[in-house]
Amino acid sequence: MSSITLQNITKRFGEKTALNDLSLTIQDQEFFVLLGPTGAGKTTTLRVIAGLEKQDAGDVLFDGNSMLGAVPAERDVAFVFQQYSLYPNMSVFDNLAFPLRSPLRKLPKGEIERRVKTAAETLRITHLLERKTAKLSGGEMQRVSIGRAIVREPRVYLMDEPLSNLDAKLREALRIELVHLQKTQGSTTVFVTHDQIEALTMAQRIAVLDEGHILQIGTPHEIYDAPATTFVATLVGTPRINLMQASRQDGRIFVKDSSVRLPPPTGMDLPSDFLLGVRPEDVRPTSDGEFSGKVVLTEPLGVETIVHIRSGENILTSLVPGITPIGVGDEIRFDIVRERLHYFQPGGKRIVAASA
Amino acid sequence: MATRASAPSAPVTISTRVDKVGLRPKVTRAIRAFVVVILTVLILLPVVWMVMTSLKSPSDVVAVPPKIIFEPSIESFIFLVTERVQFPTRQEADEFRARDDLKWYEKKVAERGQKITRVGDFPKQLRNSFIIAGTSTIFSVLFGVLSAYAFSRFKIPGEGDLLFFILSTRMLPPVAVTIPIFLMYRELGLDNTYFGLILLYTTFNLSFSVWLLKGFIDEIPKEYEEAALVDGYTRLQAFRKVVLPQAVTGIAATTVFCFIFAWNEYAFAAMLTSDATRTAPPSIPSIQGVGRIEWETIAAASLVFLLPVVIVTFALRKHLLRGVTFGAIRKG
Repeated sequence: MSSITLQNITKRFGEKTALNDLSLTIQDQEFFVLLGPTGAGKTTTLRVIAGLEKQDAGDVLFDGNSMLGAVPAERDVAFVFQQYSLYPNMSVFDNLAFPLRSPLRKLPKGEIERRVKTAAETLRITHLLERKTAKLSGGEMQRVSIGRAIVREPRVYLMDEPLSNLDAKLREALRIELVHLQKTQGSTTVFVTHDQIEALTMAQRIAVLDEGHILQIGTPHEIYDAPATTFVATLVGTPRINLMQASRQDGRIFVKDSSVRLPPPTGMDLPSDFLLGVRPEDVRPTSDGEFSGKVVLTEPLGVETIVHIRSGENILTSLVPGITPIGVGDEIRFDIVRERLHYFQPGGKRIVAASA
Repeated sequence: MATRASAPSAPVTISTRVDKVGLRPKVTRAIRAFVVVILTVLILLPVVWMVMTSLKSPSDVVAVPPKIIFEPSIESFIFLVTERVQFPTRQEADEFRARDDLKWYEKKVAERGQKITRVGDFPKQLRNSFIIAGTSTIFSVLFGVLSAYAFSRFKIPGEGDLLFFILSTRMLPPVAVTIPIFLMYRELGLDNTYFGLILLYTTFNLSFSVWLLKGFIDEIPKEYEEAALVDGYTRLQAFRKVVLPQAVTGIAATTVFCFIFAWNEYAFAAMLTSDATRTAPPSIPSIQGVGRIEWETIAAASLVFLLPVVIVTFALRKHLLRGVTFGAIRKG
């Protein structure tokens, strides 16, 4: 397994800049997730690492060695595609054996068979080995696809939204399997997704991308609790973070068009106008709450309920554990957890406490 | 509203299928079948007539009214592959017939008062046709599939213009350029050579084959090759192991079309070939009978000429059906 370093990668497609001076380092044995919306440059990043796309500037290093000019075959990476990755004219066995039969490797027949069997057992697809790939279900196909990656024992696994074409249940099951596999093999994995839940649950570290830029790199915890921009804050977490226009007047924080007033945080220089972010779980309805509002909508999810509270012109979403007796139209009181507020510049950048 | 929605829905008893609405389906089907039969008969009639003529004896061929039922004979095929002379006198013919060292086909010919002098030109012309049509088809498809792949997968500067330029060779009837090509070929010494016709047919077919194959290769998702590339294969190996097997349908369809064109081409073949390299199409109408026009020989020649195309098409029919309806049906 290898570490990967991207140095100032720039990639343009015609007029469009897909990756703009992107740099990051992925540690050996790390499960690294690239998270971002469609068109953020996640897949392009992955393809540049694999050598399927040639960067216009910058370099990719594997264990500190430049991969400039190395074709995909020489980089010894495994790529799991979102779809269309199984060779349709071959059986499952042949699909799994295909990378091993590469003239680059020249493995003896017995060794190929042994490795395919092992991979198939790991992924529980032994019973499918003789089948044609066209007759497989989506989940089975993606398993085979992952199998084709693990038979190789490559330097790096690159996975491009491998779960996004599967239904929710299967996705969850495979998610767990993938993490387990990565842990047991200690493999370096770069995983691309637009699904923040996948990112949060699987990653050791996440890089959030938008329009070819890295907005933030951090552990899931850091990304969730200290989002670097409003973009990251809204991308991660469901229901979405409450973002409100706020201003600082007379030593208090006024939330625009609302009755919410808060004391300013200590040790932080706030501009006169800024954005205030509150995670829904930090909006807590209580009978003796400081603020009041009217419930406009409730979405019971079983394990928790999303309550939409109108306060002035603003609508705050609140996440309440379990099923609540709160109904639409109720006037309720609620509190906001002060310690967990997020402050952003009007431009979207996080305002951090001035270090003492 | 709420009560209606919760009530169990009544079973649907009326078919909502569009093709079952309107005329009673049985009648429509009958009409369809009738039209198909009529069309088939119209299209096949000349072929059937040709087969019948080729199996008739010389006297039956010219019989009036035409004989539908006749005694089949393979004389025409013997005529086709032999060069013969008429005995000048009846006596000589009878003497020749009386000899007992004659092979069966010599006997047949002798009954007509003729003697086989040598093997005819037709087998050689057929062989020329095979060489020229076969080689040019192989080249057309080979170069076609390679350039179609390049056009489909790589960023080529001026790709659209190039493709248009390639197609532009098909924008005038080939016959329009026969004279210039004839003169050019004569200067270059390419007339009356296999290479000349192979080059010409390949050029004509290539534009067609590039366009057709590009469509097929475009349909193959490029993820397959990319998977092969990361799996440790070179571009060419990926092309051979992953793209080609999936392009079989397109290649088969293109092969058939290219072969039919090259096999049937008449004008250039008539103009640019003579004895040694003459192909079958220009020689069939010029079959010289001995003492009369041998319709049965011409029919036999046409039949033999038709067979390779039939065999090729039949062998590739499974791919062909999908090939010619290409684009009309999306892959599920």
